[in-house]
Amino acid sequence: MNDENPIIIEMKDITKTYIVGLEHVHALRGINLKVRKNEYIAIMGPSGSGKSTLMNIIGCLDTPTTGLYLFNGMSVSDMDDNQLAKIRNKEIGFVFQTFNLLPRSNALHNVELPLIYANVYSQERKERAVRALNSVGLGDRIHHKPNELSGGQRQRVAIARALVNNPSIILADEPTGNLDSKTGEEIMQLFEELHQKGNTIILITHEEYIAEHAKRIIRLRDGLIESEEIFTTRKVMV
Amino acid sequence: MFSKLKESFFISISAILANKMRSFLTTLGIIIGVCSVVLMSTAIKGVDNSFQQGISSLGSDVLYIDKFAWFSSEEFWKMRNRPNITYEDYEKFKSLVNLPLAVAPQAISVRNIKFREKTAEAIFVTGSTTEYLETTNFSFKSGRFFSEIESESGRDVVVLGYDIAETLFGNIDPIGSIVKIGGFNYQVVGVLNKQGSNLLGAFNPDRQVYVPIKSLFRHFGLSWRSITIVVRAKNSQLLEETKIEAEQVMRQVRRLKAYESSDFSINQQEGLIQIYKNTVGVIQIGGLFITGLSLFVGAIGIMNIMFVSVKERTREIGIRKAIGATKRIIMAQFLMESSIISMIGGLIGLFFAIVLSYVIDQFIPTSVQISAVLIAIVISLLTGILSGLAPAYSAAKLDPVESLRYE
Ligand SMILES: Nc1ncnc2c1ncn2[C@@H]1O[C@H](COP(=O)(O)OP(=O)(O)OP(=O)(O)O)[C@@H](O)[C@H]1O
Ligand SMILES: [Mg+2]
Repeated sequence: MNDENPIIIEMKDITKTYIVGLEHVHALRGINLKVRKNEYIAIMGPSGSGKSTLMNIIGCLDTPTTGLYLFNGMSVSDMDDNQLAKIRNKEIGFVFQTFNLLPRSNALHNVELPLIYANVYSQERKERAVRALNSVGLGDRIHHKPNELSGGQRQRVAIARALVNNPSIILADEPTGNLDSKTGEEIMQLFEELHQKGNTIILITHEEYIAEHAKRIIRLRDGLIESEEIFTTRKVMV
Repeated sequence: MFSKLKESFFISISAILANKMRSFLTTLGIIIGVCSVVLMSTAIKGVDNSFQQGISSLGSDVLYIDKFAWFSSEEFWKMRNRPNITYEDYEKFKSLVNLPLAVAPQAISVRNIKFREKTAEAIFVTGSTTEYLETTNFSFKSGRFFSEIESESGRDVVVLGYDIAETLFGNIDPIGSIVKIGGFNYQVVGVLNKQGSNLLGAFNPDRQVYVPIKSLFRHFGLSWRSITIVVRAKNSQLLEETKIEAEQVMRQVRRLKAYESSDFSINQQEGLIQIYKNTVGVIQIGGLFITGLSLFVGAIGIMNIMFVSVKERTREIGIRKAIGATKRIIMAQFLMESSIISMIGGLIGLFFAIVLSYVIDQFIPTSVQISAVLIAIVISLLTGILSGLAPAYSAAKLDPVESLRYE
């Protein structure tokens, strides 16, 4: 762990409260968090502890109720919709449990989409999308639609899409949750490689053996960080 | 920017194709709407054109001195008590006026005209003098108008309107042939070129014939009826002056005292245009409004289906937002979709309008013009955008987290 790496994410006393009818649901009660470049973090915790809520706030899909959130030193709470969209496009790569690919588009087009929104021109766009698909081992499936791919392959497409714009950070909310353990393990290998190449990764998981891939495990309970573990030595992988 | 638009375009096309039946049914409303609006506007244009054409054969610089006003608030029975305008009135009038280019009497009788076994029924037979020609813009297909001598001596010669000549003679040149007008023999001396439109009905010069007024009086004994004095000004700038002079001279002819009101009316084309606008114009606006309603219904159909589309694709919207689509992009995508649906409908509607206009052309001279094509494209585009606005906005403002969770 290199403490000299720049800080990408800094959170101070982040809370998130949902109002459902007359009831206030405190999903996050005061999160303090720093994430440096090239960290590999797993977030764990029981269901309803606020993992996804935290992830959505980190990914600028949602805004905190109170607290300070700096992304690359910029205050996210001061940003308007367009600036948030730009951050999501350029700086963040999402990987979801349910893949969330566009069903009518083939793998190539799904991966190209962030580049389209980033105004990258078609020639370069295609090259970069193909490169991203190659890097997740799907170079021979680029014209397949999601329903013509296996679950593992779909998640690879989603990872390629998350990677293609060279984001500052990759956020994965239970990326192996819909996969069998063997396929899940393959996906984790892929994250491992991405981390080796210098990417910053935060992933949510329920499984200890998945979390063990990470270098830092954050445990949430009732909207608070309950504990943190940092592993300086790498776990042995096959 | 371009690549985003292209993306929106292809997404829209694939969304439309993914629901072919639904898209088709939605388009149907626009097809019917655009088709009827285009047909209506071309029909209006057709009616206007033929009216203009017809009225121009009356001449914008021509006055008609009549016993009755064409349009008047005065009671009809009051005008009934006016003295008839006689041939003698005409002669006195003509000898006293200076300004007009031409002055001619006009008497009309309705008769059947026969050539061999062919008959044209209930034809307006206009009696006048040689000078009548100068009050019109007539041109001749063959032959000539009747001469001064023929006019003065009341010879039985006739000039045929284009349609009459066509009906009675077909392709044969009628000059020199004898036709029977109300049982009397007339020699054809001229045939007019096509002048007017179907709209003026019996008043259309194409369906009239012209004979010397004295001949008309002799055979059909109309001299006791009121005639019209047709007065043509030298040009339309002089029309007002000519009208003032005509009024004075006519009062002189009638020996009216200064305090007496005129016992005749001076009519002109303008009044006809006015009445046309007041009646036909209202009908036209009504027609456009009603056909516009069908377009409106079509627009509501699109709006409805766009709301459904937004609902169905909530998750897709969430995905797009998560990877960086701005509100504007989402908005553009749905506006594009509604516009494409509407444009497709518009083009199909236009196609049907063109086909149908050939059918309608049999009754009202219509043709779909470039302007109608533009109208169709513009209104369908506008309809698409307007009807897509609310659904597109509802899509753009969806919360990304909520929509990603949507099943
Ligand atoms: N949109 C919402 N409206 C109201 N309450 C919400 C909303 N989203 C989340 N919550 C509540 O916030 C709390 C945290 O939810 P969150 O989805 O972050 O949990 P999680 O840790 O991801 O759980 P899981 O492991 O089941 O995915 C839960 O109590 C949940 O009911
Ligand atoms: Mg969750």
